[in-house]
Amino acid sequence: MSRLQEAFAAARAEDRALLIGYMPAGFPTWVDAVAVVSAMVENGVDVVEIGLPYSDPLMDGPVIQAAADQALAHGTTVADVLRTVEAIAATGAPTLIMSYWNPIERYGVDRFAKELAAAGGAGVITPDIIPEEADAWVSATDDALIDRVFLVAPSSPQERIEQVAQISNGFVYAASTMGVTGTRTSVSVDARALVARTREVTSQPVCVGLGVSTPEQAAEVGRYADGVIVGSAFVRLVLDAESPSQAAAGVAELAAGMAAALRTARRGGQA
Amino acid sequence: MGLPDARGHFGQYGGRFVPEALVAALDELDDAFRKAWLDEAFHAELDALLRDYSGRPTPLTPAPALARAFGVREVLLKREDLNHTGSHKINNVLGQALLTKRMGKARVIAETGAGQHGVATATAAALLDLECVVYMGEEDTQRQALNVARMQLLGAEVVPVRTGSRTLKDAINEAMRDWVTNVATTHYLLGTVAGPAPFPEMVREFHRVIGKEARQQCLDRGGLPDAVVACIGGGSNAIGIFYDFLDDTEVALYGFEAAGDGIDTGRHAATLTAGSVGVLHGTRSYLLQDENGQTQASHSISAGLDYPGVGPEHAWLRDSGRVVYEGVTDTEAMAAFELCCRAEGIIPAIESAHAVAGARRLGERLGPEATILINLSGRGDKDVSTAAQYFGLGAV
Repeated sequence: MSRLQEAFAAARAEDRALLIGYMPAGFPTWVDAVAVVSAMVENGVDVVEIGLPYSDPLMDGPVIQAAADQALAHGTTVADVLRTVEAIAATGAPTLIMSYWNPIERYGVDRFAKELAAAGGAGVITPDIIPEEADAWVSATDDALIDRVFLVAPSSPQERIEQVAQISNGFVYAASTMGVTGTRTSVSVDARALVARTREVTSQPVCVGLGVSTPEQAAEVGRYADGVIVGSAFVRLVLDAESPSQAAAGVAELAAGMAAALRTARRGGQA
Repeated sequence: MGLPDARGHFGQYGGRFVPEALVAALDELDDAFRKAWLDEAFHAELDALLRDYSGRPTPLTPAPALARAFGVREVLLKREDLNHTGSHKINNVLGQALLTKRMGKARVIAETGAGQHGVATATAAALLDLECVVYMGEEDTQRQALNVARMQLLGAEVVPVRTGSRTLKDAINEAMRDWVTNVATTHYLLGTVAGPAPFPEMVREFHRVIGKEARQQCLDRGGLPDAVVACIGGGSNAIGIFYDFLDDTEVALYGFEAAGDGIDTGRHAATLTAGSVGVLHGTRSYLLQDENGQTQASHSISAGLDYPGVGPEHAWLRDSGRVVYEGVTDTEAMAAFELCCRAEGIIPAIESAHAVAGARRLGERLGPEATILINLSGRGDKDVSTAAQYFGLGAV
């Protein structure tokens, strides 16, 4: 059983959804990013997604763009991202990279997969590659024994959901809405329907991301999804913080609030 | 040729590197395009617009003064600058705007660099009653202010993009973000032969009219040219004029990229000359990138060529050797710009001036018997203030 599978099993045993937290590597600095993510893990984030900062993040809204720009401005490299993964994986939390495709291809598809595995990484989420273009990635991730997570969207016809679910392992990432990352006042009703449609074709866990920013929204999604992915809400706290310690404290508080909400969500907890 | 294949690949290039959320829309577009392409009614409608609205066929103008200056027998200019809106861009825009109507969508978005594609899109949107939003890098809104005003006059909303390098690359990112959010109601009217399948093929087909006309016009004058020359940013005007000459192996094809301050300075947009293979904006092609796969900023005096990527079919044609790609510096382009103005009474777009400069270089290689066909892809009205500044002219 992979570490991701173990994490899902543990959450299932507690009848709750997993909490997955996102933070770009190198943001605000390499050291501070590790501290911030450690604070997330210590406060109930089960699985970590480390963003690989990219110059053209076309699935990201302004918050994550700003964070990636900061990380790139002080020269964050793929090697730095792998070092971040290594530091976080050492905490015991399954750690994934979320990366656009070009940095992976440029680094070398096999090399990237192998070095991530060597760093203790659990897998990779790739938001801009579809199964039709993924042959090399499938072999590389199979060889390196890491998970590969692809996305489904509300616009995906059923046969494409099936295709994506077949090629994904670890879990299937359901984009809650049509759009880019960012906090939203409500989570789209499309999300629940998309999770249901995905469950029709796979027994893999289905996690929901895009727009989940409060414990209430996390609880709402946690009632029907296997995992709740929170990105921009954490990143915004770090962007707005006046010091690294304030950033870590803010992230810790939000993580704890979300984790608590998820623990009670399926027991009639308040949405 | 028969490329691309069913998945939009030109050899190892092209394809679809997009969020899953866009796949359904790309499939819908692909389907609408292929059905329309087989539909005589669609062609009748498009051809009528190209003729009656845009003014096609565009003339082939002999340029004897350029021929003398370049030391060749003849220089012929394919006058895409004489299209309505001032460039070749309208060919593709009218085609995609008609497809937008067929798909039942009421809103179009577009990216623009020099503003020519944005103006063409705003024009077609006005004509066909579509809502129109154009994304333009903030730096480009400043150097092409005239085109911003034109788009606004035509009823389009122009959104200045303040992220990244604030040029065409970032305008495309922002248009993609809009598209993924509004894809149910919106068509992304992409302006070049890049992006995910089916854009490279579809945009090429809409621009092939340039080469079909030019080839026939050359034959009517007595024969095929020795060389066909075009400027390359994303590569739409170039593929448009090259495509129907690909099988004429005796005709040399040359694409001239923006070498900016010079390729060795690192400040350029010469993707095919100095770039490497990677994925940007939904397609695999050559691009300017660092060792971590981060896109590098491009530089050119010409906003329309200031792009760190290039269409995947050009990458394929480069590797095959059928088309030769070279860089032209800002200095060479502006010298050619001035020559074209003074010697022929034609103010070219600075983009097109790169092709004129390339032809000047070819003249030395091809010798006095050569005939060179240049795609004069656009007119230079939009560039008047850039040129006035460059040449130190009085206020205009």
